[in-house]
Amino acid sequence: MLQAPGGAVGSSTRMRCMYMFNRQGVCLHYHVWLRPVSVLSRQEDQKLMFGLLFSLKLFTAKMDPVGGSKGQLGAAQLQGQGCSFHSFQTNTYKLSFMETPTGLKIVLVTDSKMSDLREALKYIYSNIYVEYVVKNPLYTPDTPFKCELFNQNLDNYVKTLS
Amino acid sequence: MASIYNLFVINKSGGLIFYKDYGSTGRLDTNDSLRLASLWHSMHAISIQLSPTPGCTGMEVLEADTFDLHCFQSLTGTKLFVASEPGAPGITALLKTIYELYADYVLKNPFYEVEMPIRCELFEYNLLQAIRREKYSVGGR
Repeated sequence: MLQAPGGAVGSSTRMRCMYMFNRQGVCLHYHVWLRPVSVLSRQEDQKLMFGLLFSLKLFTAKMDPVGGSKGQLGAAQLQGQGCSFHSFQTNTYKLSFMETPTGLKIVLVTDSKMSDLREALKYIYSNIYVEYVVKNPLYTPDTPFKCELFNQNLDNYVKTLS
Repeated sequence: MASIYNLFVINKSGGLIFYKDYGSTGRLDTNDSLRLASLWHSMHAISIQLSPTPGCTGMEVLEADTFDLHCFQSLTGTKLFVASEPGAPGITALLKTIYELYADYVLKNPFYEVEMPIRCELFEYNLLQAIRREKYSVGGR
């Protein structure tokens, strides 16, 4: 998906890509703004991303230094249970993560100096995803989607982020 | 005063060579710390593959709900990581200090075999001193 014409300048150059996964790990939506490097094929990349999120959640749930007893590493957990994480940073990018109670995972990859995106992710979920995808009568829940209005509104919104 | 919860040192193949708990509740047993260390090693490698732009060297900071994890990777592939209270300042500098201590008290120890677990009293002692000097609180152990 290409950037909207004229949208190349401004803060949207800080965005890299976005993934949305359902609770089974199916990638519902993948959006690229800028991605010069991808080592793997698109499908492999999405699988690896979901795997990383899954392992990171198990890791933080076990590592949790204040939560008391946590069971074994890798023990099954209910949605929203256990210590989760909201972002990690490397020298080249920052990944922000949100999970809804239904198990929908939204991942936003940006440049490494991006500020806290927790509110932005909530906004994307409730004001863009729910409004333009979930409320679309032709959309079958929990399936991959292609939605023009969603893309437009997402593009417009991420331009306001810094 | 910000708290430090624990410190891990892993060698270049992902094996845990040093683990110290500084007062987290529900402490990790030996097996769990070994597993977590190698899990971190692999996730660190995966994060490089997922980078959208070239030149990525892996995760540096992980922000979880109840702790922050800062990771420092040396040029030889040894990784040090510390879990601290969310938002604790100066952990990156602390990790550099710990790396210096590792170089001084572990690597310069003639009886130490590289990549093997660290059993070194002076290292542990100086580590605690350094953490206290940087004004981080540690549990009563």
